[in-house]
Amino acid sequence: MKSNNVLKENEKITAIKPIKSTKVPKQLGSIIKKTLLYIALTALAILCFLPFFIMIINATHTNGEIATTLSLTPGSALMVNYKRLLESQPIWNGLLNSLIIASSVTVVSGYASALTAYGFSKFKFKGNSILFWILLGTMMIPTQLGMIGLFQLVKTFKLLDSYLPLIIPAIASPASVFFIKGYTDGAISESLIEAARIDGCNEFKIFNRIVLPLIFPSVATMSIFTFISTWNNFLIPLILLFDPKKFTLPIMVMLARGTYQTEYGAVFAGVAISIIPIMIAFIFLSKKIVGGLTVGGVKG
Amino acid sequence: MAKARINKEKYGLLFIAPFFITFLIFQLYPMIYSFYVSFLKWDGMSKKVKFVGIANYARLFSDQIFIKTIANTWIMWLGGVIPQMILALTLAVFLNEARLKGKDIFRAVYFFPNLVTATSIGILFAFLFDWQAGSVNKILMNIHLIKEPINFLMSENYSRSIVSLTSFWMWFGYSMIIFMAGIKNIPEELYEAATVDGATKTQAFFSITIPLLRPTILFSFITSLIGGMQSFDIPYALSRGAGDPNNATMTMVMYLYRTAFVNNNYGYGAAVGYALFLIILVFALISFKFINRNADYE
Repeated sequence: MKSNNVLKENEKITAIKPIKSTKVPKQLGSIIKKTLLYIALTALAILCFLPFFIMIINATHTNGEIATTLSLTPGSALMVNYKRLLESQPIWNGLLNSLIIASSVTVVSGYASALTAYGFSKFKFKGNSILFWILLGTMMIPTQLGMIGLFQLVKTFKLLDSYLPLIIPAIASPASVFFIKGYTDGAISESLIEAARIDGCNEFKIFNRIVLPLIFPSVATMSIFTFISTWNNFLIPLILLFDPKKFTLPIMVMLARGTYQTEYGAVFAGVAISIIPIMIAFIFLSKKIVGGLTVGGVKG
Repeated sequence: MAKARINKEKYGLLFIAPFFITFLIFQLYPMIYSFYVSFLKWDGMSKKVKFVGIANYARLFSDQIFIKTIANTWIMWLGGVIPQMILALTLAVFLNEARLKGKDIFRAVYFFPNLVTATSIGILFAFLFDWQAGSVNKILMNIHLIKEPINFLMSENYSRSIVSLTSFWMWFGYSMIIFMAGIKNIPEELYEAATVDGATKTQAFFSITIPLLRPTILFSFITSLIGGMQSFDIPYALSRGAGDPNNATMTMVMYLYRTAFVNNNYGYGAAVGYALFLIILVFALISFKFINRNADYE
């Protein structure tokens, strides 16, 4: 495969510049260069994957094995480790809690951000651009700044241990609005909206029935990022949740580590349960995720 | 007709209202409230609230632990971000230039660690660098680089380095993808012209790629600064929330969390939060200025 590729490239070079006569050493040089590059890139890829590999392998070994030997093949203690983990943390419960929160946040943030983006993109009300700048400015504020105030607010409304204060704030997701607005600017034409108005659609119906389906690709891309970052969120749930039954997956994995200081196998199993769903999702969505990054990134 | 049109435009305000109402309730109000709390001595629960003026802020300057957390946060951020940017830039150039098979796969694999739960990664790395059971010590001993296992997590410098390494490992792929997109936007003709003028690839990199990529680098740098100053999950997971050893991996946000939510000192915790905000603001503005001034020379 590789040599084929190199050959093709050289053919192209020869086709363009047939005058060059000292080709042989150059060809050799480029093959060596390319091979070295592949070796370096592959080594780096292995380093990226190695910690996950060790995690999966170690989740199947006993604590004794983990402490004494460096294993590269799976062991037989997976179920033992898993049962030990379940003694301290209802890990699937945590997974379900994380799933509920992350899905709700994704839906709420997706719909609200699309609505906000459409409002900014297609309506020329007074203060449109100033408000949009303010919206972008809110991205710069660190969440921790209002953490104490947020805790007191949630406590006053007796919403500690409720998922609502973890979900509702997602209505204000400036990064999503920014991304979806960029898409809406290009995807929705004024004449389309005018036509719908003439047909007697009201404004909400226009948004729900016509605009939302058309800008949905951008909402979907943003939803992947929203879901993953909510799934990974640790600090805010740590502050607002007190009932062990309501803890999210990252909190439970942290607690398992606190409980089982030297029971590596059980903790590795917990870490694996929190990471493997993301791995599976990434296998299916990697193109979309990587593509989505650059669209948002280049603008900055 | 004209009147109807004006009324229609007002729907825009209705559509953006939920965003701003939510922002006011869940972000702006808590921020202002935290600011108010920063002038109080309060445990967050009792009715015993005492107004202490700027005492909390004054205390920051003499609080050795807080000063250490600033240093820790900066050291661990810089230790991660500098190699991260260099490697990301190098990889971006190589992956963009050469016609490589499997470019997309490399890109995806390098980026993947960025998506994984940071606390899980922190725990994973803590175990990898464990004194007794850690794979890193075992590998180093197997290839005879060391004789005795190193107690990484009990050494201030090693544990800070591990935090840096972890965030470097999580973020270089992300920066690489951003840089690749930036390089793609540079017009091909510039490189062609440089080649015609006899410039080497290295020269082209320093006189075309770097200057034209400056806005992208600035963007990555500032987002990394803002994120790095708020670092919490990785050092928290690595040190089981304690900032061990000897507070060496305690970041500003970990200190804020501990002061307010573990030790129930809400007033002082709020002051720590505002100090953090000020640091982020000042340094973000300085980086903007620095890059803009350099741009003026050209």
